[in-house]
Amino acid sequence: MLNINPNEIVETIQMIRDEHLDIRTITMGISLLDCADRDAKVACDKIYDKITRYAENLVSTGESISRRYGIPIINKRISVTPIAMVAGASDASDYVAFAKTLDRAAQETGVNFIGGFSALVHKGFSKGDEILLRSIPEALCSTSRVCSSVGVATTKAGINMDAVKQMGEIIVKTAQMSKDDNSMGCAKLVVFANPVEDNPFMAGAFHGVGEGDCVINVGVSGPGVVKCALEQIKGKDFSVLAETIKKTAFKITRMGQLVAQEASKELGVPFGIVDLSLAPTPEVGDSVAYILEEMGLEKCGTHGTTAALALLNDAVKKGGVMASGSVGGLSGAFIPVSEDAGMIAAAECGALHLDKLEAMTCVCSVGLDMIAIPGDTPASTISAIIADEMAIGVINQKTTAVRIIPAMGKTVGDHIEFGGLLGSAPVMPVHPYSSEAFIARGGRIPAPIHSLRN
Amino acid sequence: MRAVVTVMGCDKSGIIAKTSTLLAENEVNILDITQTIVQNIFTMVMLVDLEKCKCDIATLADSMQQLGKELGVEIRIQHEDIFNSMHRI
Repeated sequence: MLNINPNEIVETIQMIRDEHLDIRTITMGISLLDCADRDAKVACDKIYDKITRYAENLVSTGESISRRYGIPIINKRISVTPIAMVAGASDASDYVAFAKTLDRAAQETGVNFIGGFSALVHKGFSKGDEILLRSIPEALCSTSRVCSSVGVATTKAGINMDAVKQMGEIIVKTAQMSKDDNSMGCAKLVVFANPVEDNPFMAGAFHGVGEGDCVINVGVSGPGVVKCALEQIKGKDFSVLAETIKKTAFKITRMGQLVAQEASKELGVPFGIVDLSLAPTPEVGDSVAYILEEMGLEKCGTHGTTAALALLNDAVKKGGVMASGSVGGLSGAFIPVSEDAGMIAAAECGALHLDKLEAMTCVCSVGLDMIAIPGDTPASTISAIIADEMAIGVINQKTTAVRIIPAMGKTVGDHIEFGGLLGSAPVMPVHPYSSEAFIARGGRIPAPIHSLRN
Repeated sequence: MRAVVTVMGCDKSGIIAKTSTLLAENEVNILDITQTIVQNIFTMVMLVDLEKCKCDIATLADSMQQLGKELGVEIRIQHEDIFNSMHRI
């Protein structure tokens, strides 16, 4: 007999049909540590072979699960060991060939993004890290599916300000090199504090060295479902609000857990984590900003926004944590400006500024994400924006990130179009006063006192 | 494998007949059937057994969607676990 009542069945169907509930990504993490070789060409061949062998059935399996359960699975992706570690063993003097290899493997397996053209330099640079950082602009501009991330700070190590300085310059160079493509290179580049090893979401996904040989991580989403649930409780107090979000997050995460288990079983790969992030898309009904506005704010970005986001982020975690055997990744609410219809609208009407976004990142799961700034912004100003964001992550012992796009040839009031899930962004103003002398100091901002926990 | 068939839309004669005919043609056994009005929409829910089904669930889903178009209703078939996992601990 059917032990689910029709109301519940209709609720699930409405979430999928009307409220944009989907599985945002199935991401296969693949270790490339065993692909290192002194000969870069041999290393690239090993990388291509391993990825295409392991991920051969990833896309078709995702599609068959999607059909069986009637739930959309939007993206199938791959994350790999930070390439700096693998390529560092080779005699290559630039790693663009490694990026091109990843791109070819992504194309062959049919995934839309592959993450892991990455380096972790929070305390210092090894030879491989230095070469990788230098290779980032060309790597991102000569490939279409490769994503890059650089960890420049951790709570344990502090902030590598030499890396922060370099990343400002790398972001400007990447924007210049991809200026005919709306500075698209920068949309695939993330700077991290406290990066996580099992994040399934792009552009910051990489397969950490503490992970196994191969793993399946799943990212669920559903800002639209949360917004619709909140529409039913207008004017109720915050405990009701938190409870409603928790219940909704639980249901969404259960779906992710089911898909993760099925994918793991069918691919014969261990299940890693479910990342229960509310990840918006440019669709109107799929926005985190509109959830905050549903809570009673006239526009996202006004006073009260940080508190609203804090409540949302916390309730999502609490609801989701019981729904999955293993919660990980970033888990919380994402606030990428260009990918969120409500954020775009709030930025366009002047309600949402960079400073408020920075405050919001103190309480949400990542950081300054998909923000377009004027193309003539100095590299040192970008480095300073990164430094601020890294400080928030390091002091608060959380992941923060910067994915910022200098819109070449454009200024405040202009728009930049990325298309697809990356959306479009209004160019937002940055502070005009210089941070040049501050960034020029170099060295490392020491780890905070609370890093000494042993 | 058991799956849930849902038919949502305007009630009219022949919906149950045509849906169950399609299922029978594919050797899908109907285990349970209920119909109700949810938020003013006619909703029929069937629990079916796909053990002997002649095709896979994706192909069946396509035929049911096609039948839905002909009848002016939405017909879905989904593995029952999606509902169990969301609504039952």
